[in-house]
Amino acid sequence: MPLLAVEDLKTYFFTRRGVVKAVDGVSFTLEAGETLALVGESGSGKSVTCLSLVRLVPEPAGRIVGGRILLDGDDLLAKNPRQMRRVRGKQIAMVLQDPMTSLNPGLTIGTQVGEVMRLHQGIRGRSLRERVVDALRRLRISAAESRLGQFPHQFSGGMRQRVSSAIALSCAPRVLIADEPTTSLDVTIQAQYLELLKEVQAAAGVAVILVTHDFGIVAANADRVAVMYAGRIVEMGTTLQVFNNPRHPYTQALLRCLPDVDLKREQLVEIGGQPPDLAALPPGCPFAPRCSERQPICERSLPPAVTVDAGHTAACFLAVATPA
Amino acid sequence: MGGSGRPPSPPALAPAPAQPWRGSLRRLPWFAGAVLATLVFCAVFAPWLASKDPTAGDITTKLIPPIWMERGTMEHPLGTDRFGRDILSRIIHGSRISLLVSIIAIGVAGTLGTALGLIAGYRGGLTDTLLMRMTDIGLSLPTILIAVVMVAVSEPSFRNVVLVIALLLWPRFARQIRGETLAVKEQDFVALAVVAGRSGTWIIARHIFPNVVPTLLVISTLQVGYVILLEGTLGFLGVGVPPPNPAWGLMIADGRGFLATAWWIALFPGLAMLLTVLAVNLMGDWLRDHLDPKLRQAGARVTAATATTAAPIEPAIAEAPARGD
Repeated sequence: MPLLAVEDLKTYFFTRRGVVKAVDGVSFTLEAGETLALVGESGSGKSVTCLSLVRLVPEPAGRIVGGRILLDGDDLLAKNPRQMRRVRGKQIAMVLQDPMTSLNPGLTIGTQVGEVMRLHQGIRGRSLRERVVDALRRLRISAAESRLGQFPHQFSGGMRQRVSSAIALSCAPRVLIADEPTTSLDVTIQAQYLELLKEVQAAAGVAVILVTHDFGIVAANADRVAVMYAGRIVEMGTTLQVFNNPRHPYTQALLRCLPDVDLKREQLVEIGGQPPDLAALPPGCPFAPRCSERQPICERSLPPAVTVDAGHTAACFLAVATPA
Repeated sequence: MGGSGRPPSPPALAPAPAQPWRGSLRRLPWFAGAVLATLVFCAVFAPWLASKDPTAGDITTKLIPPIWMERGTMEHPLGTDRFGRDILSRIIHGSRISLLVSIIAIGVAGTLGTALGLIAGYRGGLTDTLLMRMTDIGLSLPTILIAVVMVAVSEPSFRNVVLVIALLLWPRFARQIRGETLAVKEQDFVALAVVAGRSGTWIIARHIFPNVVPTLLVISTLQVGYVILLEGTLGFLGVGVPPPNPAWGLMIADGRGFLATAWWIALFPGLAMLLTVLAVNLMGDWLRDHLDPKLRQAGARVTAATATTAAPIEPAIAEAPARGD
């Protein structure tokens, strides 16, 4: 049984303009210790998927209207708020994009790191202090002990992100959701941070859902990749499968957009057109209007996910199983 | 500076660590500070400062003018009123009433308004709508009229004055704190606290409230002037703290009939009120400039910027040994 199984998750936003299907039938699984990268353009539903996992979809506009989220076979969507609170922090933790707002500016670092441990593990006093120092050391906060009494503004962006991660990892969660954790970091700090995260992950056996739109990060960090488009997963497979043998035209187009040192292209390639309006999706494949290999059938019906290889699926009519 | 003979501090870190308060202290409104300090001093030590009993009159010494006029005496530096009570002593004692009313009324209104504002802002939805409509109603009440009616219906007393003012004041707090809460709520650390499994009450108390305290301080200070004026108005209209208490508003009302002949009865308490309100408002403006969340964030960004420039060096040095193991 996988650690986390998401089945046909649907999160809609009910707005004045109509129903926005931000996440529309997303399914994936996650094994312990594994890193799954969610990639896609802005608005493709990556972040909403993550928010749905912790049931933090902004209400009342947003609602999870269908599907199941099984953590160890236990459906999170069936839990009441009180039960859900026990899952959060202890089982699932989160690191967000902006380290500048992830920490409360008015509380010391020591207090904030210790808070989750106090809540979920009931540790107090001196042992709490030791655990906090440990947690900070694990994420390479130098002179952790003397920094406990400092406030977030005395830390740099990269350090704040490491502190946020220390908080997220402090109660040894089973699943860590990292929503673009490196977007606001310097490139040098990015690599350092991800390397560190990988180390800590390997040591603790945490499964990571890594949201990003940087293929470089995916290649270096993810075991598996799920490519999202218009609220659906259009292609999913191991990182090697997706990079070496992309089967969905969208994935192919995305990979073509990457700058290539060898080709010495003057101009970067882009995907023409705009992502579709999620409140008025076409009946067929949402990518059809921008697809270079569009067939007549693509505009009429939605392509189902086809298994093209072991553990590699693509939602496209053109994708067919590779002969073994 | 540096006369203590300490070895020179490490040069890299030395260049004047930002001291946000030093610059602000220099721009502290000294006039306002001095007036407020005097006022508080008077209020606290009133019985020792005032030479006369503020409520005991003596008909034989009635309507004595201030000291610099003909007939003025050392006994009564600011003159006496129509019952022969010493104006200066009454003003000194009156500061107690003004300050106590302000502090208690603002305390009550601030607590209530902040609590409701936090709840409305954090919970949102129907709770928010209901509380904010209540606030709207509260804000649209004609202040003086309601105060007069309420105090007239019940007995005029110190407690009732405080309650009436608090009742008229809480919506101002509720509305501002709600707005501030909405802004703080959107910050990631609140979402992360939810993900960490914290309850709403905890998040409000621990993560949101501390971040609205600066705003709360500023509103409170800015309300002090308003409360003193309102209390004065109520006193003037005869529905404030009842006589013979030496409330400033009451003293002005007393002097109204003698403006042509004994102007000092109304003038000095009026001046006291004017100075106090002016000082409090100047102080409030200064506080707002220095605690305003927006300005504060701009300040924080500057410190953050200095921190980032230092950061690439520091982890490299400090963490190199850590890499080894």
